[in-house]
Amino acid sequence: MLLLECPYCGVAGEETEFHGGGEAHLKRHGPESSDADFEGYLFHRENPKGVHLERWRHVNGCGKWFHAARCTRTLEVFGTYTAQCSEPPQEIRDKISAKRPGWTWREFS
Amino acid sequence: MSEPVTPLGGAVHEGAARVAEMPRRGMITLRGDLGDPAFSEAVAEVAGLALPGRGRVSAEGETRLGWMSPDELILMLPAPDVAAVLDRLAGALGGVHHLAVEVTDARALFAVSGEPAAVRESLAKLAPVDFSPAAFEPGTFRRSRLAQVPAAFWCEPDGSFGVMCFRSVAEYVFKALSVSAASDGRVGMF
Amino acid sequence: MSTRLSRGGRLLNRGARVGFTFNGKRMSGFAGDTLASALLANNQMLAGRSFKYHRPRGVVASGAEEPNALMGLGADGTFEPNQRATTQELFEGLASESQNHWPSLDFDVGVVNSRLSRFFPAGFYYKTFMGPRAFWKHIYEPVIRQSAGLGKAPKDRDADRYEHFYAFTDVLVIGGGLAGLTAAKAAAEAGAKVLLVEQTAHWGGRTMVDGGEIAGGAAEAHVEALVTALEAMPNVTMRNRCMGAGVYDHGYALAYERLTDHVPGHDGPRHRLWRIRAGQIVTATGAIERPLSFAGNDVPGVMLASAVRDYATNWAVSPGDRTVVVTNNDDAYRTALTLKAAGLSVPVILDARAGGGGALAEEARAAGIRVENGKGIAKVEGGKRVTGVAICHQAGEGAVLETISCDAVAMSGGWSPVVHLWSHCGGKLTWDEAGAMFRPNAEQAPTGADGAPFVIPAGSADGEFSLPAILANARAAGLAAAQRTGATAEAEAAPEATARDETPIEPVWMMPQGAGRELRAKAFLDYQNDVKVSDVMLAAQEGYESVEHAKRYTTLGMATDQGKLSNINGLAVLSQSLNTPIPQVGTTTFRPPYTPISMGAIAGEARGEIFQPLRRTPMHAWHEAHGAHWEPVGHWRRPYCYPKAGESHQDAVAREITQTRKALGLLDASTLGKIVVKGPDAGKFLDMLYTNMMSTLKPGKCRYGLMCSENGFLIDDGVVARWDEETFLCHTTTGGAERIHAHMEEWLQTEWWDWKVYVANVTEQYAQIAVVGPKAREVIEALGAEGMDSQTFPFMAWEDRTVAGIAARIYRISFSGELSYEIAVPASQGLALWEALHAAGAAHGVMPYGTEALHVMRAEKGFIMIGDETDGTVIPQDLGLHWAISKKKDDYLGKRAQQRAHMTDPSRWKLVGLETLDGSVLSEGAYAVGQGTNANGQARVIGRVTSTYHSPTLGRGIAMGLVLNGPDRMGEVIDFGRIDGGRVPARIVDPVFYDKDGEKQNV
Repeated sequence: MLLLECPYCGVAGEETEFHGGGEAHLKRHGPESSDADFEGYLFHRENPKGVHLERWRHVNGCGKWFHAARCTRTLEVFGTYTAQCSEPPQEIRDKISAKRPGWTWREFS
Repeated sequence: MSEPVTPLGGAVHEGAARVAEMPRRGMITLRGDLGDPAFSEAVAEVAGLALPGRGRVSAEGETRLGWMSPDELILMLPAPDVAAVLDRLAGALGGVHHLAVEVTDARALFAVSGEPAAVRESLAKLAPVDFSPAAFEPGTFRRSRLAQVPAAFWCEPDGSFGVMCFRSVAEYVFKALSVSAASDGRVGMF
Repeated sequence: MSTRLSRGGRLLNRGARVGFTFNGKRMSGFAGDTLASALLANNQMLAGRSFKYHRPRGVVASGAEEPNALMGLGADGTFEPNQRATTQELFEGLASESQNHWPSLDFDVGVVNSRLSRFFPAGFYYKTFMGPRAFWKHIYEPVIRQSAGLGKAPKDRDADRYEHFYAFTDVLVIGGGLAGLTAAKAAAEAGAKVLLVEQTAHWGGRTMVDGGEIAGGAAEAHVEALVTALEAMPNVTMRNRCMGAGVYDHGYALAYERLTDHVPGHDGPRHRLWRIRAGQIVTATGAIERPLSFAGNDVPGVMLASAVRDYATNWAVSPGDRTVVVTNNDDAYRTALTLKAAGLSVPVILDARAGGGGALAEEARAAGIRVENGKGIAKVEGGKRVTGVAICHQAGEGAVLETISCDAVAMSGGWSPVVHLWSHCGGKLTWDEAGAMFRPNAEQAPTGADGAPFVIPAGSADGEFSLPAILANARAAGLAAAQRTGATAEAEAAPEATARDETPIEPVWMMPQGAGRELRAKAFLDYQNDVKVSDVMLAAQEGYESVEHAKRYTTLGMATDQGKLSNINGLAVLSQSLNTPIPQVGTTTFRPPYTPISMGAIAGEARGEIFQPLRRTPMHAWHEAHGAHWEPVGHWRRPYCYPKAGESHQDAVAREITQTRKALGLLDASTLGKIVVKGPDAGKFLDMLYTNMMSTLKPGKCRYGLMCSENGFLIDDGVVARWDEETFLCHTTTGGAERIHAHMEEWLQTEWWDWKVYVANVTEQYAQIAVVGPKAREVIEALGAEGMDSQTFPFMAWEDRTVAGIAARIYRISFSGELSYEIAVPASQGLALWEALHAAGAAHGVMPYGTEALHVMRAEKGFIMIGDETDGTVIPQDLGLHWAISKKKDDYLGKRAQQRAHMTDPSRWKLVGLETLDGSVLSEGAYAVGQGTNANGQARVIGRVTSTYHSPTLGRGIAMGLVLNGPDRMGEVIDFGRIDGGRVPARIVDPVFYDKDGEKQNV
């Protein structure tokens, strides 16, 4: 059972306090978007073996959404960070790079 | 107006620890940017309490100000004062984006008291939280779950604990706490 | 015969006799006995029948690895099947029964399976029960079910109590033997907070039986000193009768504490499941001895050599007068010496190693015991009890050299470290050729949240078997664990200990080495599942080459013991059959729990009244007192209807509707979600959330709104009230309150975080009562509210009024089509208002009405219900709700999706009303049947019923449904299927059945 640190509470809580929310950093495509863009936004998801960026909500806690950079193979958590950003902050990228040099995920590396 | 009733009418269970529904206490949910002095100073002023840090609760008399999230506080105060305090908050926070709403009746409050180790054990049987004295000292405020429902816990200055949950599950929480506080279920961990 | 020795018995209290029963027969033992030791002391060698062949089986082991002596314990509310006699402490009145036999343990009909065993090879069931298909239902399944399952399932409700406990520690040490105690002490000295758990009732593990010398004294004394020292350390918590059950991700572990299994009737919880989060975990889980695979190795009286030693030393039980010892390592010599010292006879030690043993062998010879090197057992004589062994050369094919009479056999095939807990979370193993065992590979430890290793094996669980090695290894493990959690103090050095000069083990996977078919078919690998050497060879031959496939094909290593004795021997046989080295064959996956744990412990406090949370409105007790028939809605209980004595539910619903439409009804609507949305951007935010325009709503007014997901599908609906310029109150469905609150927070936090909006879920702050019917206004006015007339307070407005002396916010909205007010008051006043309304409404024949009346009335009005008309694939346009979808807005959640080709397809099924021609009620979910057939040759469906009720108002069945081109087919009659195959014709009509012009609600 995972142990995640909520970046808002500073609490390291067990998985039952949280709720997974799928892939992070999706870019919303609205009414003017093309079919292809909208399809990508709504349906296409990463399913990596390794570095993954995902959303979690501290549902039995402060109620805040946050992002986690995690390895789907080893379950290592590289870091958690605010949901209020559209790309992983440099500090998180550096943490991932330290553990998984050369990693890429979507357009990020 | 009829006499307002708490969900369980002041139910009490005496076990290794004492589980008691608290007498009716006023509650206000406050949302705003805690990092903005215009908000936090005004709130501290009206509440008459220091703004609690992350994961903390400030206490003075019957008033408690607990940290719920980076943009939410819970203010507990004598029930008759709620309307006046809401008015004063509205005045003090004029022009500051915020939300202040009464939740006195939306929540149930319990006090778990008695032998300190028994109190902590009763809670540690239901919540995935480290209740050891080193990790959870007076003034600590923690939101988590209690068995199957969301709840908040805090440690009072006297070492007893407060538990807050939604009103509709008051009976569930009371019964779960009563079972875990049974006098024949001591653990001996703390 | 097996018997109690007159002296000795380390764990016994001979002063305290304990009476118990086995299969109804009264027996007695001593305090300190296990059920197994007491049975053996009573010469009850036969402990049960095997699962498949019903062969007689006796106790083989002395601990958690026991595969045979599984008992049903207790009775009625405390009955539990499949309990190991070896781990059950004896207590006065213990009732035990053996399993897998009929009619009795001694005379069993199923044993015929054993005679036919050559016809029941591996995969028998797969191969036999292939067809014909019709045989399954009437022949195969009943027969297989009859013989399936281990033990009997309890029939009564569990009478005991259980609980969980969340524990947090720096270092968790699993296992309280010499290694665990040593590791715990080192970790604690270094400064870490330590939790030490031991599955048995006693500290010290094997050391207490096998002895040795530590720090110049007896090993047992050293263990006792360790326990005393640990008990005195404030940073150490010790628990015995507490088994480390599983190791999981990120330092999570489960431990299973058996609090009252040894003292039944004692107050308090029976089991406690420790849910532990540890920084580091030390697995000091010891090792388990392996059987040897010779013909007849399952005859009662054949036991593990270490178990024979345990029974003699711990419980003064002699399994037999004459015990033959057979081994491939030095350790079993200890058993021979122990028996000899107890005055028992050891006719011979058969050492399969051509060169024989070391110092211990010399000791045995010196004690006058005959030792035969390079020899083994060709075959055990006896049926329900060992009567002798036939001796052969280990190197040969089993030609009998000599037959020796004996009544017990002590066997040792070497030791396997207990690597289960190391492996649960991904720890890898390495094959130790010299020790003929798998041991933890320290290079590939389980890793935690930080990517660093978090499990360290210690002692014999790490493959170390000599005292000095165990002490050094365990101290290092404990210290390393503490240091990884940040502890910095020094730990005391490991004490001196003496190692015995031992000759290495020589692996023996089959005895004799060249055993022929006949012998192999009687050499059992897995006692619990009756898997023989021949079965594994057959599996390999038939292509089940992967160890995981072979396991499933043969059932090797399944059931309650999970192959604790059999796995290594089994995969060694597989490896030989495949001519592949053991490490390449590998092991099957070790999965938690280590041994079975009770369902009660898993459930913890969640049973009976608190099995799950029950949400109650402020009027819950009133409903209960007034005979409400409950409907679960999420975790809420809502009154479905309030039947009077002798009244059917259907009649009660009809009465409630009729009275409401005629005069006055009251509904407890407190469960409806209420979410406050406030801020300068609140209007903009709600315009994105709802399909219609909310920003234009005037303060004081209400508007019905629809919410969709980004997929375009309808997810919730409800009335929005604007409290003031910046503040809205959004009503949601009962089931939607938490979900929609979360939905709002999600969009605010993750997409529009710069918008100035705060939301708060205030659902439970208010009790909300719908006052419905032509007399609604009168009754509210009677309670003192002024200004209720339609001019001052029109439909779809809200006003603050004082009702019955209670400050209330009243929403004039209607889900029934009648004149209707929803009165919200603080929850603490809800019951008072509810009772006041009943008192004031008595003159009008006021009635409470339940959810079914609510449903029927809304259906009569053609109002949709989330969850009935919607199922996660329905968009508002399907339901004819175009009027609630703004054309002026550039964007709202779901708008883009609703433009997709599939969503604008004119052939989507659309909402219509349905009236059966005969007035009957259509079946829930019935499909409309069209002309012709589909591609699969089935009847073509052209629609389905979404809501269907008997309308007491109209005196007929009414329904709503989604129908192909429905709105264009008004008046047309289509057929709906019935469960019995019949058809019901129904006419397509407007979904609004009652008061189409809304005159009643607007009055």
